[in-house]
Amino acid sequence: MRKLYLPLLILLLFVIIIGGSWLGIINDYWQLVLLFIGINIILTVSLNLINGYMGEFSCGHAGFMAVGAYVSGILTVWLFAEDKVFGPPVLPVAWAIPLFPLALIVGAIAASLVGLLVAIPSFRTRGDYLAIITLAVNYIVKSAIENMEVIGGPRGFVGMKRVMNNMADVFDAPWLLIWTFIAMIAAVLIIRNFMASTLGKGVEAIREDEVAAELMSVNTRRIKVIAFMLSCGLAGLAGGLFAHWPGGYINPGTFTILKSTEIMVMVYLGGMGSISGSIISAIGFTLLLEILRPLGVFKWVVIPLLLVVMMLVRPTGILGNRELTDVFPKLRAFFGYEEESYALASD
Amino acid sequence: MTLDIFLQHLLNALQWGSFYALIALGYTMVYGVLLLINFAHGDIFMVGAYVGFFIATFLLGIFSNAAAPLPTWASLLILILTILGSMVITGGVGVGIERVAYRPLRERGASRLYLVITALMIGILLEYLNLSILGAADRGFPELIQTKIYTVGGVSFTNIKLLVIGLAILVMVILELIVRHTKIGMAMRAISYDKVAVPLMGVPINAIISATFVIGSALAALAGIMYGSAYHVLSFDMGILIGWKAFISAVVGGIGEIRGAMVGGFLLGFIEVFVVALGQIPGFEWLSSTYRDLVAFTVLLVILTIRPTGIFGVARRQKV
Repeated sequence: MRKLYLPLLILLLFVIIIGGSWLGIINDYWQLVLLFIGINIILTVSLNLINGYMGEFSCGHAGFMAVGAYVSGILTVWLFAEDKVFGPPVLPVAWAIPLFPLALIVGAIAASLVGLLVAIPSFRTRGDYLAIITLAVNYIVKSAIENMEVIGGPRGFVGMKRVMNNMADVFDAPWLLIWTFIAMIAAVLIIRNFMASTLGKGVEAIREDEVAAELMSVNTRRIKVIAFMLSCGLAGLAGGLFAHWPGGYINPGTFTILKSTEIMVMVYLGGMGSISGSIISAIGFTLLLEILRPLGVFKWVVIPLLLVVMMLVRPTGILGNRELTDVFPKLRAFFGYEEESYALASD
Repeated sequence: MTLDIFLQHLLNALQWGSFYALIALGYTMVYGVLLLINFAHGDIFMVGAYVGFFIATFLLGIFSNAAAPLPTWASLLILILTILGSMVITGGVGVGIERVAYRPLRERGASRLYLVITALMIGILLEYLNLSILGAADRGFPELIQTKIYTVGGVSFTNIKLLVIGLAILVMVILELIVRHTKIGMAMRAISYDKVAVPLMGVPINAIISATFVIGSALAALAGIMYGSAYHVLSFDMGILIGWKAFISAVVGGIGEIRGAMVGGFLLGFIEVFVVALGQIPGFEWLSSTYRDLVAFTVLLVILTIRPTGIFGVARRQKV
């Protein structure tokens, strides 16, 4: 039997965060920080699949986030809110509560389809040339959104706040935080299990040597398509959550190279190919941004300096390619890995 | 589109492409030697423009008197001093960054991608250092040479436009000569060919890398001053977009190849200018200038899908 410490811990966190927000013990500001932490964890873990485990250099993750944000944002506004462009809500507002995650998933699927734009060139292209393709896709997505006047063009898209308010009117709960928490746990589990599966071994084989992997009958094309679509889809999921943030608007200016850079920094700070590293660095980086907020403009002088120094001290990121359980083996029992390794040994 | 309008746009495209090409040269040289995408390079361009701005303002303060406008020889002298001074100082900045941030990482054998992230961080650092020291207000680059407008057969152009295009082409020819025919150029090509064997042959690898950074940064400074002379507006974030686009043109041309940087830069300039130009023709009004980036990047995506290593790039054979 697997030990239940970890699920119990997650449940406890869920109860504390959601309960605290519901009762108003956690104030709006900290709710926002927690929301961004959750979204950043999804983004970092998903980018780590491409940049860490597969060893490619994707620097356009914000583009896929934008697709997810716009698709799910438009969908919820169209379905559940009064809007100038889309008119009255198509469905009864009460349906918003069960259908909200579906809208997020549709956004994620749209983002993963856009991910094909990167996945297909990646059959022939590697390394820096693929980096440029991801960069171009980021620009194309942003530029395409800017040219669509229906959804606000460069001014951005609003209305998600009404959706969230409508949901809160039907039943008052911190819905966004709840779904962010669930999506975050799901994203981490998906990536972890994906990397433990045969497909994940294929991803690692591609990183080590693509030609050799192909010779060992790894279907590199199939694995690349799956990995890119999974990673981009999760980015779209994070985007969908981000679209409904309390600010109530999204604009193409949010999803620039700078956003992509931020995600990349979190990946490399945590360590390439380390899920626990990604989680730690996503939490740490988000908190760092908040702590340094009083510095104003000077914040962006301090943060790069800190990161450069950090790179010089630890050139492999916080955890390198190890997991927390490798650094502190005693945690293994806590996470319930013992039985797994036993099962492997008995094979 | 009549011929003279076409030629007019062609000249604009050449000027715009010159900036991309000059910056792309810095990317491609560093990449050729170190296989490092120096993402701070766009901001080096910004540093070069600002250093040029300060030198030019300082020199103008010394030379000018209220009574008479500057004689031509004096303004030419100021221009040359500004270019040289900015190239030297910016080259120093470039090599300083290499020393402080990149070399220690390289010597520890960090993954190439960590170097790239460090470069990104240095870029942001430069931007925001500028913003926090100099403030958010744009600076007006002083007019060093009197703008003259010539018109030949319906095509009008300024002397600055000619200067920009001429200097860019001249620099590229010189650079190509350096890389092909001098000892230091030979060492650069050798390092990119084999990083292990070259130091064993007695080539001072770190000195060559420093030289590469100096040359690349100096070219970015030149581009910065030309940009300032042509558009007269400097801002702390001027290097971001132009830097990324120059990088893209370097890759499209085939990164590591000097001809590639040139062709890629001019190509991107052409696409961008002609998308805007086409939008002014009746029947093409739907193609508004906001489609510029969209079209440019789609074309580049197609080129890279057809030729995955760029126009001049040679596919590296993998040994199995």
